[in-house]
Amino acid sequence: MSKHAFYTKDLSVYYGEKQAVKKISMEFPAREVVALIGPSGCGKSTFLRSLNRMNDLIPGARIEGEVWIEGRNICDPGTDVVSLRQRIGMVWQRPNPFHKSIYENVAFGPRYHGIRGKKALDEIVEECLRKTALWDEVKDRLHQSALALSGGQQQRLCIARSLAVRPSILLMDEPASALDPVSTSKIEELIAELKKEYSIVIVTHNMQQAARISDKTAFFFLGDLIEYDDTQKMFTNPSKKSTDDYISGRFG
Amino acid sequence: MRAKTVDRIATSVIIGVAVLIMAVLAALLGFLLVRGVRHIDFHFLTSFPQAIKTGGGIGPQLFNSLFLLVLTMIITIPLGLGAGIYMSEYAKQNRLTDFIRLVVEVLSSFPSIVVGLFGLLVIVNTFNLGYSLLSGALALTVFNLPMMVRLTEQSLRAVPREQKEAGLALGMSKWKTITSVMLPVALPSIVTGSILAAGRVFGEAAALLFTAGMSSPRLDFTDWNPLHPTSPLNPLRPAETLAVHIWKINSEGLAPDAPEIAAGASAVLVIMVLLFNLGARWFGRVLYRKLTASK
Repeated sequence: MSKHAFYTKDLSVYYGEKQAVKKISMEFPAREVVALIGPSGCGKSTFLRSLNRMNDLIPGARIEGEVWIEGRNICDPGTDVVSLRQRIGMVWQRPNPFHKSIYENVAFGPRYHGIRGKKALDEIVEECLRKTALWDEVKDRLHQSALALSGGQQQRLCIARSLAVRPSILLMDEPASALDPVSTSKIEELIAELKKEYSIVIVTHNMQQAARISDKTAFFFLGDLIEYDDTQKMFTNPSKKSTDDYISGRFG
Repeated sequence: MRAKTVDRIATSVIIGVAVLIMAVLAALLGFLLVRGVRHIDFHFLTSFPQAIKTGGGIGPQLFNSLFLLVLTMIITIPLGLGAGIYMSEYAKQNRLTDFIRLVVEVLSSFPSIVVGLFGLLVIVNTFNLGYSLLSGALALTVFNLPMMVRLTEQSLRAVPREQKEAGLALGMSKWKTITSVMLPVALPSIVTGSILAAGRVFGEAAALLFTAGMSSPRLDFTDWNPLHPTSPLNPLRPAETLAVHIWKINSEGLAPDAPEIAAGASAVLVIMVLLFNLGARWFGRVLYRKLTASK
């Protein structure tokens, strides 16, 4: 296996006539955290959502270029996008647990993908909830509604849910921006833990967060990838002036 | 100061309108119930009507109404769910689907007597189903289907997009995501809506005059074979429903106690519709709790 988990080549996304993402080629190293930063509307979320073809759902959205994951180009019309999405977990800005019990939220995916035995499912549920540090908080009420959990717990449950179908990549779209500081720091600790096993791409508006948790940072502006380098270099000594301006808060 | 006065006037007008509506409803219900309830007893609800003697009941009519309701819903629910899911999840947004939506709207505002005549010409005569429960159910489906389609479509659209994306992101097919993630969220409002639609079916008369007919055979409530002509379960027999019965005895009833029977039957009808409404709310809540495992 190469050291790249996946990469894009000349990836463009259009909404109708408007080009939201402009010919971006990026490599994502395996088991590292890549932060996508940039002002609102710069195309970073759109870029993230095209990595598992979530933009297919949006009327008028169109993708050009290539995204290579595990030897397959997911933008190829022949690619089975349904099975591919199992390999790529996703976490949204607002926690969106299924309107089901805590247990069902996690067990639902693996059961759909063919794991039937109660014991096997119990194990997956426990494992995923432990990974997200949620097990001790919910083990006595696994069969209660997930909607009764706090926002931060719901978000960790959503992460557990995506881990349950055994992805290799996690896409996170501002996963902590709707949470309070305590929950946010829990999510950040979690990300640090998860990158031992998963390649993570995270969109964030929080510069400190990007600096704290990511290995590499990519700066997007108006649909272009301006600069992409090690986080340490990006935050101390960026090569482009606009990166420096943005990171130090002079615009955006 | 002026803005405050306007605000006060607007508030009192709105409260006044609300009170007026409440008053009209209370008066109507009160009138119907006060006049009707004292005629309702077990005998009234279960015995056969009398043509020219006093003491007739509404047993068969009540049964017909309920049976017709069940038949209608059996036809309406799968069709409405299917079309609603198509309109909300599969159909592309274009002229054709806008047109379909318009047709659905128009269909739901059709005068019921016109639907009745359509049923007479097409279902009863052309398809030769005769005056029957099945004809009545099909005619009522014409009414109910638009509501069911719109309801399903709106309920599914009201499901947050992230729910759908979460299902798809786990590698589930579109169909699985719709049936296992979105429908459970949408189901309570779909169920509530369809029970309300059922209440409307229950009170419908005009569309049934020429389709389900204005008479019932002498039903034999001990014979439950749906193929026998006098069996209550035979869907191809004519069936006078409660609402039609009220209309008939009011306009051409010969029994000396016809006004009392009409009053009693009206009260039963109103109470049933009220029960449907209350039941719909209760059932929707219970269902939501059950599906979402919430308290």
